[in-house]
Amino acid sequence: MNHNHQEQWTSIIQPSNGWFDIKFKEIWNYRDLIVMMVKRDFVAFYKQTILGPLWYLLQPLFTTIVFTVIFGQIAKLPTNGLPQMLFYLSGTVMWNYFAACLNTTSNTFVANAAIFGKVYFPRLVIPIAVVITNMLSFGIQFLLFLSILLFFICQGAVPIPNLWILVTPLLLLQMGCLGLGCGIIVSSMTTKYRDLSLLITFGVQLWMYATPVAYPVSMVSGLMRWVLIVNPMTAIIEIFRYAFLGGELIPLWYWGISGTMTVILLMISIVLFSKVEKNFMDTV
Amino acid sequence: MRSEDFMSDTVIKVENLSKQYQLGTIGSGTLYRDLQSWWARTRGKEDPNTKLGTWDKSQIEGDQSYWALKDVSFEVKQGDILGIIGRNGAGKSTLLKILSRVTGPTSGSIKIKGRVASLLEVGTGFHPELTGRENVYLNGTILGMRKTEIDRKFDEIVAFAEIEKFIDTPVKRYSSGMYVRLAFAVAAHLDPEILIVDEVLAVGDAAFQKKCLGKMGEISKEGRTVLFVSHNMVAIEQLCSRALLIEKGYLKQQSDNVKQVIKSYLANNSNEKQLAFWENRDGEFTNPYFHPRKFYIGDKSGKTMIMPLRNDQEIYIYIEAEIEVMDSALTVGYALYNEEGSCLYWSYQTDVSQEKWPKLCKGENVLCSQLPKHLLNEGGYRVEIIGSLHFREWLFEPSKSVPSLMIQIEGGLSDSPYNQHRRPTLLNPILQWECKPLIEREC
Repeated sequence: MNHNHQEQWTSIIQPSNGWFDIKFKEIWNYRDLIVMMVKRDFVAFYKQTILGPLWYLLQPLFTTIVFTVIFGQIAKLPTNGLPQMLFYLSGTVMWNYFAACLNTTSNTFVANAAIFGKVYFPRLVIPIAVVITNMLSFGIQFLLFLSILLFFICQGAVPIPNLWILVTPLLLLQMGCLGLGCGIIVSSMTTKYRDLSLLITFGVQLWMYATPVAYPVSMVSGLMRWVLIVNPMTAIIEIFRYAFLGGELIPLWYWGISGTMTVILLMISIVLFSKVEKNFMDTV
Repeated sequence: MRSEDFMSDTVIKVENLSKQYQLGTIGSGTLYRDLQSWWARTRGKEDPNTKLGTWDKSQIEGDQSYWALKDVSFEVKQGDILGIIGRNGAGKSTLLKILSRVTGPTSGSIKIKGRVASLLEVGTGFHPELTGRENVYLNGTILGMRKTEIDRKFDEIVAFAEIEKFIDTPVKRYSSGMYVRLAFAVAAHLDPEILIVDEVLAVGDAAFQKKCLGKMGEISKEGRTVLFVSHNMVAIEQLCSRALLIEKGYLKQQSDNVKQVIKSYLANNSNEKQLAFWENRDGEFTNPYFHPRKFYIGDKSGKTMIMPLRNDQEIYIYIEAEIEVMDSALTVGYALYNEEGSCLYWSYQTDVSQEKWPKLCKGENVLCSQLPKHLLNEGGYRVEIIGSLHFREWLFEPSKSVPSLMIQIEGGLSDSPYNQHRRPTLLNPILQWECKPLIEREC
């Protein structure tokens, strides 16, 4: 009888113990909430705006134009012989996805303190929803990229994409995990140290310049080259660019390092998250 | 398993639950200050960022930690309505937070059978830009419902909220009444096995409060369990089948005799407060319209009186306050409660006809009002400052931890030999009687 009782408890609340205390099954049970959150964030973004979903297209276009003018025309940085427009757009679209994931997940706890303070659901639902929402806006921007690419192919300015485009989903997944991981690490720390959130805007910008968004890896050498190799975003953007635009492929062990970095960061983030999740309401 | 076994089942089992909060360093919030504190401590100096705030000193340990809950154990059976009472800061909210998994315990455990929902969550996660329909789904899933479940109950929820026409309008265009109705409808259709209600009776309009209370009764009749936290002793006594008293983080008393628990709460409460004199030492209740300085029971000349008082004494209630900004809508006065927590009456300085209102002026004011002689019964009463800018905002909302005094009345009930003992009534007014003869005759 007593034993029977033990099994009937639907939930047991205990102090957090262990380093890896995330209940993935529970997150699966809340999958409908993830869908709702994605819907909410996506729809709420352009309600009561004049241009609506068009905003998703304008932002990368403007960035590309600015890059073309500053890096292409004024600084005259090389683009590996690729059309500047496509070169910058491919970098921007990819980087935007990562930066959006990182920026939004990094204030998960602080921005949602009001909801978190009143009701329980697996906290990881929020950053996961963010990563998926951003995937949708990435999809729109990616379509923009594809249509411009198609235009250039018809003009004969770039060759037809090679088979490497098949790894694109893998690259996206890796980028999502990376954005999620870094964002969660920052968000876990901002619950206690608010000043880190100021650092993040600045940090993301700095990180972009340490990533071959506006220049190719091939023009960098020496110590800076190593910075690029250790930076997990380098391989992702370079492979994406090679797949769709051709040019030079980076040595594949770069991608190996990048993948390992991603896994390590994601692990650290989950450990930190499970530590913070339960008691962050006391410090926020 | 037989059904009656099931009925007496334990649905919540709390074992040695403790919750510790860190004081001082944790509140600093910036890395710089934490480093500063750490540097000071390593050099053996005093931490420049230590802040004790208003915590009860007896609960603070040497290492700057504070036990909001300590070794609390209890069980809740299915179908119980459990009332949780205690002073502000006693640990009630912490207990509820842990129960609803908003924050985790430091040690101990809670075992729960069934889905827990809280009426505190009314409207949590509503997004103003989304329509009513979208928000029903969003809010429902936040509370833990599956989409198919909401599909099934959707029409019912909308009908309950009475907003069929506006279901595709963004909720930011809703009136506050519609908003609350929709939010409540979602929560009410969650069908939780365990419902947590925290002070919900203090918010919303009368109809909403009634709906909440009704829902609670209904839910427990269906064999579900309700945890109810309130300062409203009348509601606790009427609704609850069991009560817990929490004091300074410890579980002081738990019993099926709800009246008994309420009594010991109220008795304890009064011992710790100054009996008939309150002074605003902590600078609380600051507002430009009426900033109270002192609140006491005194005789005609304003001298404080020693308890117990007699019912035939001249007793005055004094409120000293500073007014910075004159507002013609200012109404202040007191509310009188009996030992059980029932409110006997409110009285404001503006109750009389307008030309007789006492003249208030900028600066120090002393308001004074005589407690009616021969009206109350023997026993303990609580007097509370209440006040508001009429129909605009509460300055001192009744039962919301406003300054209060205890009065003890003993003796002086009447000059009549037949009315010398306490009657089992709320009041004991001395009223006039006369004999109207039917026909003219001599007695």
